Amino acid sequence: MVMGEIQESVNLPENQEFQPKIVAFLCNWCSYAGADLAGVSRIQYPATIRTIRIPCSGRINPLYILKAMANGADGVLVSGCHPGDCHYISGNFVARRKFALIKSLLTHVGLEEDRVNFSWVSAAEGGRFAEVVKGVTDRVSALGPNNGVFKVAERRGTDE
Amino acid sequence: MSKVIEEIHAAARQLLEDGKVDVVIGFEKGTLPLKATPCFIRSPQEVEKLIWDETCDNNLANYVRQIKGKKAIVAKGCDTRALVVLMQENQVAREDLYILGVSCNGVINRKKIEAETGEILSAELAEGKISVQGMNGSKEFAFADVKDDTCQSCRYPNPVLEDAHFGDKVETGNQEVPFADVVAMEEKSLLERRAYFQEEMAKCIRCYACRNACPMCYCNECFVDCNSPKWLTGGVDPAENMMFQVGRSLHLAGRCVDCGACVRACPQGVDIRALSRKVTKDCLTMYRHEAGVTLEDPPALNQFSTEDPQGFLVKE
Repeated sequence: MVMGEIQESVNLPENQEFQPKIVAFLCNWCSYAGADLAGVSRIQYPATIRTIRIPCSGRINPLYILKAMANGADGVLVSGCHPGDCHYISGNFVARRKFALIKSLLTHVGLEEDRVNFSWVSAAEGGRFAEVVKGVTDRVSALGPNNGVFKVAERRGTDE
Repeated sequence: MSKVIEEIHAAARQLLEDGKVDVVIGFEKGTLPLKATPCFIRSPQEVEKLIWDETCDNNLANYVRQIKGKKAIVAKGCDTRALVVLMQENQVAREDLYILGVSCNGVINRKKIEAETGEILSAELAEGKISVQGMNGSKEFAFADVKDDTCQSCRYPNPVLEDAHFGDKVETGNQEVPFADVVAMEEKSLLERRAYFQEEMAKCIRCYACRNACPMCYCNECFVDCNSPKWLTGGVDPAENMMFQVGRSLHLAGRCVDCGACVRACPQGVDIRALSRKVTKDCLTMYRHEAGVTLEDPPALNQFSTEDPQGFLVKE
């Protein structure tokens, strides 16, 4: 074994798995409260998500999703109230049309289907929130790190 | 001079003399061969400048917002569709606008000619034939061969909204598979599509000519110019080009009328329509909506139904 390789094997334990970074945009009224419920109920789920609280899933601008990936996120999860339960009556109905087009276009330009995820989680579904995060984490882990379709090369200082 | 253009001159002169409009927006002969320039006629003496032929490729709806007062516009099918969307978005008032509708057989894509002859030095246009003298030799083209791709698959060659019509209506060619180009791309594998779009985006120099040519891109501050948050860094990076083009296509979702002005304005020949037409097709298949066809049907993302498809949801 060459010196470099030994060094590498010392620095990287064999059992170290790829831990994805997932940006989670959660609606204030349902999914954020659902995540909170998962927490206070002590339900275990992977610590892969970075939560960003948004007032409503209708607040999602496609650029938020693109920018998250430009800054290096391995995956994105967007979650809001179930259709019909929106705090603002129709916010998630408007969002639903937008999400369908975003997902379809991103897949069309060559982004893996599992990188960007959308779901509806209510404030009562703490257990389900944990399941969604587990599922998304598994699938993004299987894809591996952000492959650069939208990721801007290092040292470009995009996070102003 | 054709009968159509004489009729347009007469109508424009009448409108200006009667004081019904302050300005007529149309095309005049440009300084480059085979390229008309938008012009703004404010006095009846100037109307002779107006032309109408296959070189009039800008989307004039772009200028309507920027000009105050009452105006008349020489508009082809795609221009009127853009005007309809602008009216739905309260950017243009119907009563301030007099639409001089013309049916369009398609416009010339100069890039297709220049690919064979080099820079165009001079050109003659007559009866479906174009004889071109270029830097690398001269050649005669049939109009059908150098027609812009947008126009090849045009479904609305006639104005959808007009106050007066000039010339004969154009028959719409029946397409067997609308969006055949998008379907062909969808059938490729994920990696093939990624490779294609990455190659296209690597060409983009982010000059924003596509945005400036687009009648629907009228944000006071475009996201690419925004400093806080700084969506794009301004560096050279194909991933950022992709973010710009995808972001722009999503802004145009349910609003793009597929006039092709962006592609013709692009100095780098980026296949911008491959993105915008995918969104247009999705709007049609998912929401049965086409932008700017009638004033009554608002843009796809301005409405919703409780039955909208949600196949995009995460698998559980």
